[in-house]
Amino acid sequence: MKKIYSILIVFFFFGATSSFAQDAIAKGKELFGDLKARHIGPALMSGRITDLELHPTNDRVIFAGTAGGGVWKSNNGGATFNPIFDEHCQSIGAVEIDPSSPDNVVWVGTGETWTRNSVSIGDGLYKTVDGGSNWIKMGFEKSERIAGVQVNPKNPNEVYVAVLGPLWNDSEERGLYKTTDGGKTWNKILYVDKTTGCSDLTLDPKDPNIVYATFWEFRRQPWAFNSGGLNSALYKSTDAGKTFNKIHNGFPKGKLGRLAIAVAPSNSNILYTVIESEQDKDKGLYRSDDAGANWKQLNNDFGIVVRPFYFSRIEVDPRNPEVVVKAGLLGSISRDGGKTFKNLGPNHSDVHDIVFDIRNSDRMYAATDGGIYRSWDGGTTLEMVENMPVCQFYHVSVDNEEPFNVYGGLQDNGCWYGPSQSPGGVEARDWRRIGVGDGYRVYPHPTKKLIYSEMQGAENVWRYDPAKDQAKTIQPLAGAGEADAKHKLRFNWNAAMAISAFKPDRFYMGSQYVHRSEDMGETWTKISPDLTTNDPAKQNQENSGGLSRDNSGAENHCTVFTIAESPLDENIIWAGTDDGNLQLTKDGGKTWTNLIANVPDLPKNTMVYHIEASVFGKGNAYAVFTGYQTGDKTTYIYKTTDFGATWKSIVTPDIYGFARNIQEDYVNENLLFVGTEFGLYITLNGGKGWYKFTNNMPAANVHFIELHKKTNDLVIATHGRGIIIIDDISPLRQLTEEAMNKDLFFFTTIPTKIPETNGFGGASTETQFVGENPSRAAHIIYYLKKRHTLGKMSLEIQDAAGNKITEIGPGKSKGINVVEWNYNTKPPKIATAKTFAFGGFTSPRVPAGTYKVVIQKGKETYTNDIVIQYDPKSEISLADRKLQEKTTRKLYDMSQELAYMVYELDETVKAAENMKGRSASAAKAVTPLITDLTKLKETFVVTKGDNYVGAAEPQLREKLTDLYSKIAGSYYKPNAAEMGNLDAIETRFNTAKADFKKAKDKNLKKLTSLLSENKFEQLPIKSFDEFLKQP
Amino acid sequence: MKLKNLFLLIVLLSGGIAQAQTVDEIIAKYFENTGGLEKWKAVQGIKMTAKVNQGGMEIPLVIISLKDGRQMTVITLQGKEIKQGVYDGATLWSHNFMNMKAEKSDAEATENFKTNLGSDFPIPFIDYKEKGFKAELLGKETVDGTETFKVKLTKKPIKVDGKPMDNIEYYYFDTENFVPLVVESEVTSGPMKGKTGQAKMSDYQDAGGLLFPFSLGQGVKGEQGGPPLTITKVELNPKVESKDFALPTDK
Repeated sequence: MKKIYSILIVFFFFGATSSFAQDAIAKGKELFGDLKARHIGPALMSGRITDLELHPTNDRVIFAGTAGGGVWKSNNGGATFNPIFDEHCQSIGAVEIDPSSPDNVVWVGTGETWTRNSVSIGDGLYKTVDGGSNWIKMGFEKSERIAGVQVNPKNPNEVYVAVLGPLWNDSEERGLYKTTDGGKTWNKILYVDKTTGCSDLTLDPKDPNIVYATFWEFRRQPWAFNSGGLNSALYKSTDAGKTFNKIHNGFPKGKLGRLAIAVAPSNSNILYTVIESEQDKDKGLYRSDDAGANWKQLNNDFGIVVRPFYFSRIEVDPRNPEVVVKAGLLGSISRDGGKTFKNLGPNHSDVHDIVFDIRNSDRMYAATDGGIYRSWDGGTTLEMVENMPVCQFYHVSVDNEEPFNVYGGLQDNGCWYGPSQSPGGVEARDWRRIGVGDGYRVYPHPTKKLIYSEMQGAENVWRYDPAKDQAKTIQPLAGAGEADAKHKLRFNWNAAMAISAFKPDRFYMGSQYVHRSEDMGETWTKISPDLTTNDPAKQNQENSGGLSRDNSGAENHCTVFTIAESPLDENIIWAGTDDGNLQLTKDGGKTWTNLIANVPDLPKNTMVYHIEASVFGKGNAYAVFTGYQTGDKTTYIYKTTDFGATWKSIVTPDIYGFARNIQEDYVNENLLFVGTEFGLYITLNGGKGWYKFTNNMPAANVHFIELHKKTNDLVIATHGRGIIIIDDISPLRQLTEEAMNKDLFFFTTIPTKIPETNGFGGASTETQFVGENPSRAAHIIYYLKKRHTLGKMSLEIQDAAGNKITEIGPGKSKGINVVEWNYNTKPPKIATAKTFAFGGFTSPRVPAGTYKVVIQKGKETYTNDIVIQYDPKSEISLADRKLQEKTTRKLYDMSQELAYMVYELDETVKAAENMKGRSASAAKAVTPLITDLTKLKETFVVTKGDNYVGAAEPQLREKLTDLYSKIAGSYYKPNAAEMGNLDAIETRFNTAKADFKKAKDKNLKKLTSLLSENKFEQLPIKSFDEFLKQP
Repeated sequence: MKLKNLFLLIVLLSGGIAQAQTVDEIIAKYFENTGGLEKWKAVQGIKMTAKVNQGGMEIPLVIISLKDGRQMTVITLQGKEIKQGVYDGATLWSHNFMNMKAEKSDAEATENFKTNLGSDFPIPFIDYKEKGFKAELLGKETVDGTETFKVKLTKKPIKVDGKPMDNIEYYYFDTENFVPLVVESEVTSGPMKGKTGQAKMSDYQDAGGLLFPFSLGQGVKGEQGGPPLTITKVELNPKVESKDFALPTDK
């Protein structure tokens, strides 16, 4: 065996992201304040999970690394998970808990290693020492993909890191690294070459000096994938990584592909590896019973050999070395030491990792393309974790419904649409499937209730009618005389689609041509020649895959990737190709010009990822390019104002990560939104400087951004955290330098309509994700130059006459503050009783009108008006509203009057009771008063029972507040039953007042005389106004 | 190493030195700016009168905490007093909202309370080392748009559902005034379990020579916070009656 000596390269780690990028984060935090993103998921199909890691002693704790959604942690045995890595790269390769300090120390290697065409990139190794609250970058910034991290269980300072490295280019970063000082310095202890990375890593659980590592020679190009070569190998070290030997005795000869390695925890002589090799008969599972000295092939079933680049993971039952599981299309389990396998029970396809519980092998977890699955019966039955919205959207579009819907396609999870808000929150049941396979672009028809959706490579493009539940395929197909290879339509895996702002039935698609249909896809016309480079060297997908052929269509190349019709002129159409052509027609497709040579500082053949045709000029457009698939991670965003004759970069060092999408504001030309591989960036000055938006916005890979024209909501398609919405970005349009220099600047807000929906919603169970709804309240928005920390600050709402309506806690952050007002005044003062009158907790709404916001900050007063409106689309008449408000007020006043009466009664009884104990004659004098008032009180309010099923029969207070609450909470005029009920209550109320007066007239004088005689203070009854003021 | 890289390394290292702000300096500055450590130590009890606006309803509260660990929060709703989180020296209890009767907290909550008994009064940083607490400066972070020092405070471990758990709080001290703006800790029970709970402090004002935050916002990090607690009065060393803390016996 060839002996490989470790190569000692020592390097120190220090932060990779530039100080500009860090500044963009800090500046964003100083600016955006309460402008906050909300997540609507969905989680019903979840997304790709890349690695599972169990706590070694606490079976409630599970960590999950995801393809684009960061790291999630469960504290409840996998019932639910929470994200714990939002501020960092969301593409995860490996998660490793330090066995010496499992509650605190966790390592995360970023960069997924299941190297499909859409895989994202990592940016290094992270460590937490407090269970995930804080993360420290530990180097490897250029590693791109970390396949494994192993900590010596006997020495936490000794850590091994498997760097698989870049997928798309050569790199000397690849290899196996080791630290002996907890990550301060790293030695590269095993390196093969620039094309071969460390793809799997494990330590012998009994002897941490024994290290196993697999190396994989691989390369992806936009148009091809190669797995395998002479350098792929399995290595073993018995001296803690000082020296390594290949352990291939029994392996097939020739080239090897991706290998996985696992040691049986209960018998570390038993090893399993899965081998990708030249001959199909040699592929599959191999076992060694002598710690790797000799290997024997056991199984090459489909489930074992399928797609090694996606599924090379083996796990062995910690208690039984004969039970072994293999990741795969469905996941496989063997209970005879690897000789035979059966599939795991039904779950989402594409299983990347499977782990056994630390105590009970019946309890298992599987990481799939559709989330985490739990099994309680050894993998036969699986149930899904339902609170992880880590789905990977490629695209998003919106419609004009109220509330609007969002549409998009997902990695391995089809196409979906769902509401941007829903009663009770956006739940799993709110989403509707509109496509299968890998879903990409989806557009609602601009005027009809029809939806266009597609699956990978435009294999199917559907026009779906949700009302009829009918789908029709409409993709362009080869026509007469075009059945030969020369005329084959080449669609990208993520095929370009577009709709028109001018003709609602118009629909565009991109192959190598731009196709246009004027009848919703029934008939198609090519309106361009082949717009790509049509390079035959990039069209040999049939032979793609390397040792395992993998012609899924994902590598289709030389295709149109983006089409943008100008919103100002239907004859102006931009098209960008994946092989780097930027084409424009100004005559509706008759003639096309390739503008790519006009784009400065852009390497040839860089993919045109997105073109945004501007609303601010026919010749204005933005173009976003990505070169990462050829190893170029530069951010490329350009703007033209002259039909592409010249282009100017609007990228600054503030932006971290290559960009995929740009969205311009429709009002303020200088307000732009950019999605990069690591999050969302916003500029207020046309790209001279950028802020990173981090308020509840993870550093997720942003694939597409849409700005809703009516609501001004920014809708973000993330590739790993579902759909994220920033409601109403319009305040950003008003953020001028002058505004930001004021101590407090009020934003102008449009009049707010009081929403009139008050349904029930909410059918999710406790462990399901529910997407956050937008606020229904009126917003008071202001910018604070400095955070308010010292001294008093208050916010009051006043009516037009300056009367106080309510006081709300003001926002104090530096930057934008959004204070919500639910249109409420304060509830009535309620009579004290034995229990609560729940109706009395209702606050009446204010009528429509202009209200004054008064902020008192220290000695300064700031005021602004906000306008509240009734919903103009409502069927409720103004007269009805006024009757509702008047009736509410009447019941409100009656409640307060009753409260005062009960207060007076209680004070009188208290004084009488006090006198009663002083002498027999006093007792005689006041007892009738006490008796009468006590009896009366029993009819005013409940005097016994509790707040639940021990409740007493309701009395006047309870009946009054019940009716008050019904009417105050309604938008309609009170109905006949309610008005009848009001009459009845009013009669009883008047009787109560009369009875109280009668009781006082009859006997109160005796009490007041006694008080005088005894030189006691007269009844300390407050005035009505004073009574109302007391808390 | 190229000269440029060496220079960068020196800059990075010297950056660490230039910061030269230790956690104890931050804590000392906090005490200095808020009335002085000795004055804080002398406080025997605090009574805060406060209000919170819940959907228009202004709910009055009284919060009492004493050096010996006794505490209570009294909420008044429709004229009825409800006590929550009361500790009488032996028992932790609250009123049940359904039947308005007093109920003991579960054994684990009581045990966790007793583990850190009195050590948060009036603020946990007083003699934190003697209490067995650990404070670490994690660096600077921007919260509420403002530069802060992030300080990790590890208190005595608690138990969560029978399993031990580190008891950690993160304090974000304003770099200008050295007062905490935000305190975070992991939610350990209920539907928000596993998420980060957040308390926001502002409106620092003088009360008896000490600086208190008169506004306390509470919520879960990343989600819409609840209405803040507005403190209207802070009374130092209030007169209290033992019977007010005692677990009622009229079950």
